[in-house]
Amino acid sequence: MEMGFRWDFAYQILPQMLWATLNTIIAAGVGYAIALVVGLLFLLGQRTPSKIVNVINREIVEFIRSTPLLIQLFFVYFVLPQFGIKLSAWLCGMITIGLHFGTYLSEVYRGALEGVSKTQWEACRALNFSTIYTYRKIVLPQAFPIAIPGMGNYLVGIFKDTPLLSTIGVAELFHAATAVGGYNYRYLEPYTMVGIIFLTLSIPAAMWVRNLEKKVNVAQGKVKQ
Amino acid sequence: MSYFAFLAEHGPTLLLGTVTTIKVLVCSTILYVIISMIFGLMRLSKNPAIQGIATCYIEFFRGTSLLVQLFWVYYVLPFFGLSLEAFVAGVVALGMNFGAYGAEIVRGGILAVPKGQWEAAHALNFSSAKRIKRIIIPQIFPIILPPAANLTVELLKATALVALVTVVDLTFEAKQINSITWLSAQCFGTALLIYYIMARFALVPFLRWLEVLAARKVGR
Repeated sequence: MEMGFRWDFAYQILPQMLWATLNTIIAAGVGYAIALVVGLLFLLGQRTPSKIVNVINREIVEFIRSTPLLIQLFFVYFVLPQFGIKLSAWLCGMITIGLHFGTYLSEVYRGALEGVSKTQWEACRALNFSTIYTYRKIVLPQAFPIAIPGMGNYLVGIFKDTPLLSTIGVAELFHAATAVGGYNYRYLEPYTMVGIIFLTLSIPAAMWVRNLEKKVNVAQGKVKQ
Repeated sequence: MSYFAFLAEHGPTLLLGTVTTIKVLVCSTILYVIISMIFGLMRLSKNPAIQGIATCYIEFFRGTSLLVQLFWVYYVLPFFGLSLEAFVAGVVALGMNFGAYGAEIVRGGILAVPKGQWEAAHALNFSSAKRIKRIIIPQIFPIILPPAANLTVELLKATALVALVTVVDLTFEAKQINSITWLSAQCFGTALLIYYIMARFALVPFLRWLEVLAARKVGR
């Protein structure tokens, strides 16, 4: 077998890899959208007045956060059919990623809400604003900028965890690389290209998030311009 | 088959896998701590070449997916004549990936040491090596341990990935048992529980204990 990097082979498989990259981006986007909503649900569970709900919610979050995403994927993919729920690999993957990162995002939301000063709440009480009005007009506009950096970080995090989906057969970038590699019995080019594609997508994304963080800090008055 | 019968039959296999998982965790923790110390210090170097190398390393390993790095180390390095055993490849990939995240924590910790400490060491005419070793490093532990604890829990979760490069760890055994018995709920459920117990009742209390110890050492 020829050693070293073969550029012609890399060029030949490039279109296939780029198509698969699109799948990876879609997977990350859909997973992130689900995670955003699931995070809100966990946040609700955390903030309801009922003690029992709080405790159960915390234990679920703690359990999901301290177990590996890989086994959670296997669990959802292999166990649900035993209860008669047949979902495609795509759907299983999206649900699992959404649940897993939803627990992280709920922490981001919580931190952002707690970042809003208590006096803001007191002022709204004094002005006799309703709770919904307080959230909508006073608290959320202030909490959202605080949450942005954390939310951005997890978007990049989800993007980097999408290769795990290949283990249950979702045809994303890493899956394509493994298939191409196995077919041609050359793993050097496909895996190297996956690495480069990930770098070219995630470094700008990370820089964008860092930039946002700086802007938020300036807007919050934490740093002088 | 009841769950207890399942445990009686396959429990020992899963426990054997757990031992491998713990071995991977310990080895890669040692590696990642060393790497993060080295690259964290390099990141703060005044020499632009050294700083550049550290920045490239950190950006590269944080920019790509751990699974890709793992497969690259295990399947691609042999093309360059470097064949690593699965266990070693797993530990190296995990250690290098988490070392990049750890280096940022170390850097933040060093920057968070009060300026007066640097100035006092300077005033006492300490050499820069001695200043770092004797004054700065001992003080960063209470600062870096809480984020490092989070990172170590993430590392425990990430060790599951080494199963994909044929290291016979807990995940690998669970997959194996699943493919023989098709008792998916039992075997993956048990694996999840074992990871949960390891993280919540062993690793986290140990790291909290370290945090308290470090805080006490600097007199807080």
